[in-house]
Amino acid sequence: MDFIHFFFLSALLFVIGVGGVVLNRTNIVVVLMSLELSLLAVSLNFIIFSVCLSDLIGQIFAIFILIVAACESSIGLAIILVYFRVRGSIRIDQASLLKS
Amino acid sequence: MYLNIVFLPLLGSIIAGFFGRFVGVYGSCFITVFCVGLTFCLSCLSFYEVGLAGSGTYLSLMTWLESDSFYVEWAFCFDSLTVVMLIVVTFISTLVHIYSTEYMGGDPHLPRFVSYLSLFTFFMLILVTADNFVQMFVGWEGVGLCSYLLINFWFTRIQANKAAIKAMIVNRIGDFGLALGIFAIFICFGALDYATVFAFSPQLTSCTLSFLNIKFKALDLIGVLLFIGAVGKSAQLGLHTWLPDAMEGPTPVSALIHAATMVTAGVFLLARCSPLLEYCSGALLLISVVGGMTAFFAATTALVQNDLKRVIAYSTCSQLGYMVFACGLSNYSVAVFHLANHAFFKALLFLSAGSVIHAVGDEQDMRKMGGLRRLLPFTYAMMVIGSLALMGMPFLTGFYSKDVILEIAYATYSIPAHFSYWLGSLAAFCTAFYSIRLIALCFLVEPNGSRKLLLSASEGGKAIGFVLGLLAIPSIFVGYFSRDLFIGLGTHFWGSSLFCLPSNLSLIDAEFMSTFSKMLPLCLSIVGGALSFTLYRYYNYNMYFWKTSLVGRKFYTFLSRKWFFDKIYNGFISQNILDFGYHFTYKSIDRGLIESLGPFGLSNVLTSQVQQARVWHSGYLYHYLVIFVWGNLLFGLWFLFGFPSLRIGVLLLFSILWLTL
Repeated sequence: MDFIHFFFLSALLFVIGVGGVVLNRTNIVVVLMSLELSLLAVSLNFIIFSVCLSDLIGQIFAIFILIVAACESSIGLAIILVYFRVRGSIRIDQASLLKS
Repeated sequence: MYLNIVFLPLLGSIIAGFFGRFVGVYGSCFITVFCVGLTFCLSCLSFYEVGLAGSGTYLSLMTWLESDSFYVEWAFCFDSLTVVMLIVVTFISTLVHIYSTEYMGGDPHLPRFVSYLSLFTFFMLILVTADNFVQMFVGWEGVGLCSYLLINFWFTRIQANKAAIKAMIVNRIGDFGLALGIFAIFICFGALDYATVFAFSPQLTSCTLSFLNIKFKALDLIGVLLFIGAVGKSAQLGLHTWLPDAMEGPTPVSALIHAATMVTAGVFLLARCSPLLEYCSGALLLISVVGGMTAFFAATTALVQNDLKRVIAYSTCSQLGYMVFACGLSNYSVAVFHLANHAFFKALLFLSAGSVIHAVGDEQDMRKMGGLRRLLPFTYAMMVIGSLALMGMPFLTGFYSKDVILEIAYATYSIPAHFSYWLGSLAAFCTAFYSIRLIALCFLVEPNGSRKLLLSASEGGKAIGFVLGLLAIPSIFVGYFSRDLFIGLGTHFWGSSLFCLPSNLSLIDAEFMSTFSKMLPLCLSIVGGALSFTLYRYYNYNMYFWKTSLVGRKFYTFLSRKWFFDKIYNGFISQNILDFGYHFTYKSIDRGLIESLGPFGLSNVLTSQVQQARVWHSGYLYHYLVIFVWGNLLFGLWFLFGFPSLRIGVLLLFSILWLTL
C-alpha cells in the first residue's frame, strides 16, 4: 500500500489549517476551526503512521489528541464568549490592545 | 646624631603642619626653628667628624625594595660631599626660617609656611644623604613637590598658581630624564647603590645600550640622562624657564630655592656621580657646553630685567651655569666650592631684596625704587656685600670660586673648555654690570617711588637684621677660609667622595697660566661694574635715548624678552602639545573614538535597533502567527540541513524575519 499519498493528504490538511490560522484576519471562530483542522490532520497522521508501522501507540495518541482538542475548543469557545460579552465583537483585527 | 640631622626637620614640619592650629604661630615657628637650628648644630658636628676628622659614616636602616637582583634599602651615607651640602643647606635653611618668622609675620598661614620650609629642608637632606639613586630620587621629587607648595603658597594668586605648575612640570621633564638614567644604570650595573655603581663604572666603558633603537655608549647615555635631570633641577639652558617665574613665591622661598636647596641639587647630582661621569667623556663635553651657554645667556638676560627678584633669579641661573661647566670640566670640587659660596651670598642677596621689598610696600619694580641708600642703610650695606661677592670682587667669597672656575676652563685645552671660558668671562662682565645696576637703581639714583611709600620705608626688625648680618659674615670670609680646604692642591678633604681622572686634572695647569688670562675675568668684572655705575649714576637720561634707538630697541627687546625662549616654547612646543592634547587625545580619542564606540555608540545602536524591533509587537494576532510559523519553518530547516555555523543561522533568521515584515 502506498502510504505516501495519505501523508501528503494529512500534510495538506495541516497546511490548510495553519494557513487558515495565519491568513484569517477577521473572525476568531474561523481561527478555532482552522486549529481543529490542523489537529485533525495531526491525528490522521498518527493513525496512518500506526497502521504503517503496525504500532498501536499512534492510535492511542490520536485518541488523546481528540480529547485534548475537545477540551481546547470548549475552553477556547468559552474564552471567545467572555470576550464577546466584554467587547461586543470577535474581530481579530480589533484585538490589538497589547501593542509594544 | 646622623639620623637626627635628617629627621629633625621632618619632625618640625609635622608638628607645625598638623598641629600648627594647636601650638599656635609662635609655637610652630619656635619648634621649626629649633629643629632646623639643632640640625645645623649637628651638621657642624658631622662636618667635623666626617669632613675634618675623616671618618665617613654609613647607616643602613632597613630594606626598602627587594625583588630578585633589584635591591634598594633605606641607607644614609655621610661623606665629605654630603657634609658640605649639609652645612650649606641647614645653615641657609635655619636663617630662612628665622627670617620668615618676621618677614611673613602678618600672614595667617605662617605655621603652614614654616611647615613647608621644614619639609623642603627634610627632602633636601634626604637627597644629599641618600646612599642609592632611588632614595636620592625620593629627595629629588620631594624637593620639587615642596617647591610647588611654596611657590604656590599664596594660592589665591593666579600668577603664583601658574608659576608653581610651571615649576613642577618643567622639573618633571628633567625628572623624567633622571628616571630614565636610573633605569639605564640598573640595566647596565644591576644595582642602584652608589658604592656598586661607582666601583664598576670603569668596567663598562665599552658597554653599549640601545635607546630608541639607536645604540649608544652606555656610560655616555647614562651621563646625558642624569644631566637632563640636573638641567631641569638646576635650571640650565633649555629647562631654565621655570626659575624666573618661581619668583612668585614669598621671598624667603626664593632664597631657599635659589641659594641652598633646590637648584643646587642638580650640581650636587653631577658632583655625586663624579666617579661615573668621569668615564662619560661625551656627556662631560655636553655638560660643559650647556653650562657655559647657561652662564652667558642668564647673565645677558639679567642685564635688562626690571624686577628686583628676577635679576637675582637670572644671576642664580648664571652662577649655576658656572658650576655646571666646572663639573663638565671634571673639577667637581671647584663646582661644589662655588656652590657653597654661592649659597651664602645668594641667600644674602635674596633676603636683602626681601628686606627692600618689605620696606617699599611689596614693590618689586626697580624703576619705582631709588634713593633707598639713606632710608635703608643696613640693607644697602648687605646688598653691596652680596653683590660684590657675586661679582667676584677680590677677597670676597665669590672671587675664590668663580675665578678658579674660569682659570681651570682656560687651562683645560679643549674646544668646549675654551668656549666655556669665553662665555664665562663675558658672563662675568654682565654679572658685574647687572649687580651694580641693581644697586644703582634701588639705592643710588634719585627716588622714583611714591612719596607715601618712601616716607614709610624703614629697616626690618631684629630677626631680619640678625639674619642679614649673619649671612654677611660667610659671604665675606668663607671663600678665603675654606679655599685651601676645598680646592687647595692635594687636599685630603674630599677623600673618595669626588673623583677625577688624572687625565682630566687641570687644577695644576691653571697654576701656569699667563697673568693676562688670569686677570681677564676680574678686569672684565671691574670694567662691567664701573661701566654700569657710570651709566646709571650719571648718564641715566642718555640711557633712555640709547634704549629707544633702532638698534638699541631691538637689542633691548631681545634681552628683555629673555632671548624669546618663552615665546618659542609657548609658540612651538607648549601650544602644539596643548592643541594635540585637546584636538587629538581629547576630542578625537576620548570624546571621539572611545565614547562613540563605547558607551554612547553602543547604547545608541542598541536603542535604535530596539526601536525597530518593537515594530514587530504590533498587537495583531496574525502578525505574531506569521513570525511563529516562519520561525518554526526555519527551525525545521535548520534541523534538516543545518547551517555552517549558528551565527549565520541566526543572522539568516533575523534577515528573513526582517523581510517578511
